[in-house]
Amino acid sequence: MQQKVFEHRLPNGMVVLGEPMPWLESVAFSLLLPAGTHNEPSKRLGLAGVTLEMCQRGAGPYSSREIVEQLDFLGVERSSSVTTFHTSLSMAAMASVLEPTLEIAAAIFRQPHFPEDELEEARQSALLELASIDDDPAQKCFKELKKLRYGELFGRSSLGDENGLEETTLLDCKNFQRDHYHPDGAILSLAGNFNWEKFVATAEQLFGDWKGNALAKHPKVASIPGNSHLGHDSQQTHIALAYDAVSYDHPEYYQSRGLVGILSDGMSSRLFAEVREKRGLVYSVSASSHSLDDCGSVLCYAGTTAPRAQETLDVTVATIRSLNQGIEPDELKRLKSRVRTSLVMEQESSSSRSSQMAYDWAYLGRVPTRQELLKAIEALTCESLLEHYRKYPPRRWSLVTIGPEPLEFPDAVSQ
Amino acid sequence: MQFRSEKLDNGLEVIAEINPEAFSLSLGYFVKTGSRDETPEMAGVSHFLEHMMFKGTAKRTAVDVNRELDDLGSQSNAYTSEEQTVYYMSVLPENQHAALDLLSDMMRPALRDEDFQTERQVILEEIAMYDDQPPYGAMERAAEGYFGDHPLSRRVLGTKETVAQLDPDSMRTYHQARYAPNNLTLVAAGAVDFDQLLLSVDELTRQWKPSTAGRSLNQPVPRSEDIEMVHPPATQQYTLQYSPGPGYCDANRYVSRILASILGDDSGSRLFWELVDTGLAESAAIFTQEFEECGLLCAFLACAPEQHDENWAIIQKILTQGKQAPITDRELELAKNKICSGMILGSERPSNRLFSVGNAWTIRRKYETIQSASEHYRQVSIEAVQKEFESLVDRTKVIVSVGPQG
Repeated sequence: MQQKVFEHRLPNGMVVLGEPMPWLESVAFSLLLPAGTHNEPSKRLGLAGVTLEMCQRGAGPYSSREIVEQLDFLGVERSSSVTTFHTSLSMAAMASVLEPTLEIAAAIFRQPHFPEDELEEARQSALLELASIDDDPAQKCFKELKKLRYGELFGRSSLGDENGLEETTLLDCKNFQRDHYHPDGAILSLAGNFNWEKFVATAEQLFGDWKGNALAKHPKVASIPGNSHLGHDSQQTHIALAYDAVSYDHPEYYQSRGLVGILSDGMSSRLFAEVREKRGLVYSVSASSHSLDDCGSVLCYAGTTAPRAQETLDVTVATIRSLNQGIEPDELKRLKSRVRTSLVMEQESSSSRSSQMAYDWAYLGRVPTRQELLKAIEALTCESLLEHYRKYPPRRWSLVTIGPEPLEFPDAVSQ
Repeated sequence: MQFRSEKLDNGLEVIAEINPEAFSLSLGYFVKTGSRDETPEMAGVSHFLEHMMFKGTAKRTAVDVNRELDDLGSQSNAYTSEEQTVYYMSVLPENQHAALDLLSDMMRPALRDEDFQTERQVILEEIAMYDDQPPYGAMERAAEGYFGDHPLSRRVLGTKETVAQLDPDSMRTYHQARYAPNNLTLVAAGAVDFDQLLLSVDELTRQWKPSTAGRSLNQPVPRSEDIEMVHPPATQQYTLQYSPGPGYCDANRYVSRILASILGDDSGSRLFWELVDTGLAESAAIFTQEFEECGLLCAFLACAPEQHDENWAIIQKILTQGKQAPITDRELELAKNKICSGMILGSERPSNRLFSVGNAWTIRRKYETIQSASEHYRQVSIEAVQKEFESLVDRTKVIVSVGPQG
């Protein structure tokens, strides 16, 4: 469980993190910029995603095709994404090709070409991706829940909307990159088999002369209770539910995460046992902790055929409320055992460590060690969990359903 | 890395890829049974049984099984395919014995009537879930069209009708025949104590009786068919094509996988540049599927209905222009790098190695290190890929298209 996390701050504000995992052959890094959907002009929803796409269509010494070919040549697995507050690139590769891989990532964010003849293609791709969500009601349900719960600014989807995508110009993309791709608030986190000094030197060479504005503050995020139903011609009704909880940076976060674990971690968890195992109502039911800045929520999902949807919703809410009856010592023991195991297994994947470190830094401004997490989890007691539940009971519920018929919202949810 | 294998007196094989440096170990029972081993009336029984295996044994209730899985801190699951059913867990080394004890006991389930009725509802929910999801049954329909009366035409989940008609007695009979020790392999990967594993499994499975379970292999006679399906709520058009390809035991599979990557990988392939990068299609891919005695080369397209015909013509052009647009050295090099690097990156977790090692052994009776698997790809020549490419021109094919309108 011994763990070392290196930190280094460049003078321009960019933070470089590294966790050596010398037993692996791979390295993985995440490069996170403080540019998200909340930075989009309200008439250009989807701009953050189109800008990220355009940045990958030619940058630095590479054309669009050369970026893809070079990454394939190096055997790099990669992904990119936009969230409410961030734009990120994640790459994993063999340790020997770290430097050329990082050079490409730096070029993408710092020296995009924005080729004019590719904007239309990027726009069409984005429009197709947006349209395809209509065929994925479970995902659509969460997109709607986010919109309902966090409002116009913070509830935006990275997919944008049709109007915003249609109206986006090349100048919009260039301006978005110029105004929001800045080193202050940027995080580069690396995990795997690497030499820290050499890596810091590479990071300084690639990002040291990057200049930009200081990170701007945004308004506070708050949850908005409410509910809505979208009609859909399907056999199943999809239920997405959220309620307030403390956020990731809260001193009592692990109490809250522990309660979510009692509800949803593993096959003996309460939601799985009550909704699926005892009653056979669903194939899939789950809950998870979610934070948007300092606004924390628990998100739940259940999918079931329409005639059983009302019962599923009622049992799900009742199961969440059953936490108020107390936590069994056995439940807590199992939870701790699962956490211990997953902390050990985390050491088998450079990708999951690099993205977790970037997330930790973005929320906490530091990276908690495994020893620290273990200590926090071991300190949980049945009493402390119950006390936390009563201090922060589920409130400010948001509920979205998609299916043939609307449901009646239980009293708890209507509050 | 060390490989060990043993066969117990009752016919159960035990194999392991041992890596003493690993943080965890993964264990799995690979059962050689799946939808292809079912009768048409019992379609879905293998998958339904997989669910029932978590519902308790003579010694344990369903609740006990779930609690113990979580007590061990395990990451566990199971899946059923056309050809196999696999139950696996990843645990810390100190839990090896407890995990094996639980997993072995689960292989002898109670199959109680009451649990059967409740779990049937969960299966029906799972069928409804997939019916609602793209490509809305196109894969099942394509397999039926292509394989005809060959056993590989059967649906893994069965249908609502067959699942509604299954009864606990016939499931018990099926279990007895298919879960005999000679039809199971215990596979382990990671920080395994193999000697201890052998001692434990010998004791835990001593009462298991072998059966005559087998599988008849025969080459399918591929059929051609053009199938249109209408799913009114769909907004996109989804098209799937099945044509013949090498099977899991065919030496030519490496060539076919490389060719599929060059033509239709989700990034950097010919299809990617023509259809996805250009924003013409939401998704377009060419990929392989391999079974014990045969295989498929598949093509898939998802796009707006009005752009479908034009896009599909592009896919057909890409598949059939072997002579006009030969494979280049650069394409071959990129595909090899991508595949080999992906294998190494994926192998860092013992849970991933479990499946590579288990599948190679249960189907081909071979153990392969990552290095030797990479070698197979590295040795593929451009002439072989080009030859395979040119042979795509006149393959039999089943095409299924699903969209909002016929």
